[in-house]
This record gives sequence, C-alpha cells and structure tokens, in this order.
Amino acid sequence: MSSLETLLDSRQVWRAQTGAAGDRGEAIASGHAELDAFLPGGGWPPAAVSELLSSGAGNGELALLWPVLSRMTRQGRPIVLISPPGAPYPAAWRQAGVALGQCHWLEVQGREALWAAEQCLRAGCCGAVMAWLPQADSRLMRRLQVAAASGNTLAFVHRPLVKVAEASPAPLRLRLHRHAELEVLKCRGGLVSSRRIAFGGGT
Amino acid sequence: MRWVCLLFPRLALEGALRRRPDPEAPFALIDGPPPRQCIRAANRAARDQGVRPGQALGFAEALCDGLETAPFDAESVERWRRRLAAWAYGFSAQVSLHYPHALVFEIASSLALLGPWPRLEARLRAELGELGFSHRLVIAPNPAAARVLVNVHDGLAVDESELESVLASLRLDRAGLASVDADRDIVQTLTRSGFQRLGELFALPRSALARRFGGRLMRHLGELRGEWPLALDYHRPTPRFSRTFAFDQPVHAIAGLAFPLKRLLQELSLFLIGQDAGVERFRVTFELEDGPPQTVEVGLLSVHRDADTLLELTRAHLERVCLAGPVMALTLFAPRLSDYAPTRRELLEGPARQAQAWAALHQRLVARLGESALRPLVEHREYRPEKAVLSGLGPRARDASAGPPRPGWLVPAPQRCDGDVVQLLAGPERIESGWWDGDDIRRDYYLAQWVDGRHAWIWCEPGRQGWYLHGWFG
Repeated sequence: MSSLETLLDSRQVWRAQTGAAGDRGEAIASGHAELDAFLPGGGWPPAAVSELLSSGAGNGELALLWPVLSRMTRQGRPIVLISPPGAPYPAAWRQAGVALGQCHWLEVQGREALWAAEQCLRAGCCGAVMAWLPQADSRLMRRLQVAAASGNTLAFVHRPLVKVAEASPAPLRLRLHRHAELEVLKCRGGLVSSRRIAFGGGT
Repeated sequence: MRWVCLLFPRLALEGALRRRPDPEAPFALIDGPPPRQCIRAANRAARDQGVRPGQALGFAEALCDGLETAPFDAESVERWRRRLAAWAYGFSAQVSLHYPHALVFEIASSLALLGPWPRLEARLRAELGELGFSHRLVIAPNPAAARVLVNVHDGLAVDESELESVLASLRLDRAGLASVDADRDIVQTLTRSGFQRLGELFALPRSALARRFGGRLMRHLGELRGEWPLALDYHRPTPRFSRTFAFDQPVHAIAGLAFPLKRLLQELSLFLIGQDAGVERFRVTFELEDGPPQTVEVGLLSVHRDADTLLELTRAHLERVCLAGPVMALTLFAPRLSDYAPTRRELLEGPARQAQAWAALHQRLVARLGESALRPLVEHREYRPEKAVLSGLGPRARDASAGPPRPGWLVPAPQRCDGDVVQLLAGPERIESGWWDGDDIRRDYYLAQWVDGRHAWIWCEPGRQGWYLHGWFG
C-alpha cells in the first residue's frame, strides 16, 4: 500500500476517477447528452486543449461544437477560428444559434497560426478558440496546452488523421467518424472505450 | 510659490551616453579643433582609468584602452534640456529654461496633487535616475534663490521664513553674481573689500550699495530675496514628436534596431506623459545608406503611451518589414497627439475587464498579422455565396430569417467534382442573381453525399454538364 502511495505521490500513477471528481461541475457541457454523460465532469475539459482528429472539413466538427460555441457567444464571449478549412458561412452559423458579432476568424498560415493560437489562448478573454493546425507537432501541442491552462480558455485543435498515432499532451482526444459519431482516443480522468458515441445532428 | 531648480552637471555626457548601447564602457566627449582635441567630459569607467577633463585626446587614449569618444555638441545639450523641460511639464505648467544647465519649475500648485514634497522629490529623482541624468535639486520660494542654492546644496527645501538666513550663509563666489555685470568682476571687488558671504551684503544700507555697485546688483539681490519679480520665459510644449537616432555603422538587420527603437519609444512615452497625451499613429523612418528612406506607418487601434506596449506593438509591425538596405538612421515621428484616457485595470471587473483584454488581444493580432487577417463574421443580404462570404458585399442582413440550409464552410473557389458525389440528398435550390454588376450567376445547388459519407454543397448550371463543390456541412 505504501509503495502505491509513493507512486501516486511521485505522479507516476494517477487515479482514473478521482481527478475527474474534483473537476466535476467545472466542465463545460458540450450540449450532446450522450457525450456529456461519457466525459468526466459532464462536458468539455475547461482550460485545456481538446484535440479533434478527422479526415478534413465536413466530418461533423461543426455539429459537435456549435452548441458550445453558440452558448459562449450568447454569453457575450468572443470566439476565434484560426485558419479554418474554409470560409465560415455566416448564414449557417447564425442558423446554428451562434451570435455572429462575437465570431472572428483568422486567415493565417504556418507559424503565424501557431503564434495566433497561443496568443488567443493566453489572453484569457476568448470563450473558445478553434484552430486547424495540421502543422502542429507534439511539442507545439504541449505549448498550446500550457497556454490554454494559463489563459483558462476552452480550446479545440483540429488535426488530420495521420496524427492519431502520434503522442499528444491534450487531455482529451476524439476521432470523428462519419454519420456524426466519435470515438474517444484519450480522456484524462475518464475511460477510453472503442464504443462510438453519437452526437446527433450531422447536417 | 515654490520653485524647484534642477541642475544637470553632466548633461552633455549623459545625453550622449543614452545613445550608446553600453553606457558602462569607457566613453568621453571631446572638444576642440582636430589636431588639439581634448577631453571635455568622461564617464565613470573612463575616469577610473585616469581620464580627466582637459587632457589631450592622445594622452587619454594612452591611459584608457578602448576609450570611445564623440565630439561635444552644444546643440544636443540644448535639445536634451528641452526634452527634460517637456518631462518637467508633466509636473508643472510653469517650466523655464532661463538658466543654463538647469531647469526651474513652479510646483506649489501641483503639490496638492503630487505631494507632499518628500514624495514628489523621490519621484523626480527616481524618474531622472531612470533616464540616466545625474542632478542636484533644491526647492525654494523663488526661482533665482533656487538656482543659486542648487550650486551648493542638494535636496534642500527652503521656505519663506528660512530663505534669508540660508541665503546669508552663501559664499559670494557661489551666489550667481558673476552674471550680474559682465564688464566688472563684482565678486572680486567685493571680496577684496572684505565681504565673504551674502549676508554681509544684506546687512549694508541699500542706498550705499546701489551707489557703489549699481542697480543690477540690487536687482539680483532683490530677486534672490523674492522682492523683485523675475520674468521668465516658460517652456511651451510642441504638439508633435520627432526624434532621430543616427548610427555610427550601418545596421543591416531589423534585430540591430531593437535597442535604438526601444530608446526612442521610451522618449516618446516620456514626452506623452509630460503632455498628458497618447498616440494613435506614428511613423518609423529608416534612412538607408543608398536609396530613398523607407517608412513604416504604425497604426494602433486605441490610444497608447506606455513604453512597453508601444515597443511590443511596434516590434510586431516591424516583423513584417523587409529592410531595403543598410540603415543609417532611425526616425520616430508622431505628427499628432491624441487625448489619453488611462484605464484603471484593478477597478474593472467582469465584462469590462474582458472587453479590455479582448481589445488588447485584437490589437496584438492585427499588429502582427495585418488588418485584413482578422475578420468578423458578418451576414450580408446577398444571395451569391462568394460575394456574401468572401467579399462582404451587400448590406448587412437585419432580420434573422430561417432560410434554406447553408453549409458551415464555404470552399474558397468552387471545385469541379464530377465523380465524387454518390447521391443527391436535397435540392435543387436555384440561386440566380447579380445581373446588374456583370458578375451574375445562375446555379442549382444541391445537398449531396460525398463518396466518404460527408455532406457537401454542390451546384451545377442548369442545362449544362459538370458539378462543382462549393461547401461542406460540418
């Protein structure tokens, strides 16, 4: 028993559920019942990067995020899209309930996109930051994770499927499948399961 | 009335040192025609190695290895005095450069705001220390007394009741009498007559003194005791800022400009604080070794005057600049000052603080990425998707009508996609618009299923072959 305590103290081993219990209530509801029930704390991890892996635009990423984005913007908090895969169509975003006045998008490439993402996360004034960063490696993801934690900002980083095998410091990693389903690849404080979770909507 | 006199005994040297990257390295100002230049002033590092004013340049260079020199420039001393006057203008509306090497300003009216005096004194000294100017400082009931007392005192505060006795103990050769009469050496005449201190003159009958030495001495003594008013020219601030930093060697990289830029922005910030103003727009000009000067306009989204903020934002602007050649001089020019309203961070809570943080973030992003990079999401009353989303054409939509479904993402340019569509799920929706501006379109849009199961927004022109991908339903 004492050796287990030692391991816990030295942070080599962590308890799957206890950490999550402390966060319960702080998590930001995703607006999808089945997903909220699965995620520790009942929603997106606040002040952290959630990584979304997909084969590209149109894999349900908007259906997944629109509920939380619409809630943030309606609370008057700005959201920033950094190098999105296409131009956001205002009419569609408005139909999804997003307050357009709080939406901003940045068309930047390469290193500038990483810089902008870090700035937005650190500033601590954005409701949510979404970045499409195919170029980010594990070290840069760690940087963004630290920035999100220090700025206490909700962050979503979209990366291509080739990065599935790569280690990532993001506390939550989701893989998007077609037909509005997702698979949890990594979930700090929760269980990983190969069961697919439907988040409804789609189109 | 209370007058502060600041005396800058090493203004020329310290002004020149401010322009040097390492003020601790041995440095001296030289004066005189080229073959017989001699040392005019030397900094501590040079003095420690034996360099003294008056030495011949060759002798000083032999004493001190690596001695850097610059010619003494009376013009630049005057410039520095004016800059210090602009700084002092932040404390008082009556600032005068009447006395050489010194600055006098009236402070009684500001003491209620900035005082008490010991606190204000500490602040003056701290700010001058930060600027790198050694100084002596006296506060007295009139400017003439403050000026003569600063010759022998530092940190002295005299009020009306003590003035007479403090002045009385002043030695005649330190009492500013030399300037009274250029033709006669009054100090020598008086000392030969057995007078040592100012108090002895005060004790003499005025009529006798006036007969012997004339009205000008009486006037000077009267000014010292505050009996004669002294008419001073007051410093008037200029409503714009322009300053140049010239290099000895051409600078090739933007990185080499960081130090001079920081110095110039510090001076701008100081100038702005003195004027109680801020800037919204200024210009950085690079004088190139060959070719016309290169100019960078720095536009800020709000009024700033804090040196660190200005530096950060200017750096972000310059990061996008490519120097056309080696730079010989750097000029900072602010043509117009703006009213500055400081924001008290600690007083703001919740939404106001967040709005402020967002404004600062917005400013940073725009400074580095350019104004066009950060875009708002605005819905326009325009049916053509390209125009509505990409060019922002048409009036803003006011009513939030439901309308037919639109994709979350619009592909920048429609792509031909004939073999990739499996099934049409909804449509068609005819979009036909724009006949008036020559950019008209006539398309049937469909919601379609892509080969990999995604939902796409595609169109074809009625009566023609060929499908085009135009958006994705996220």
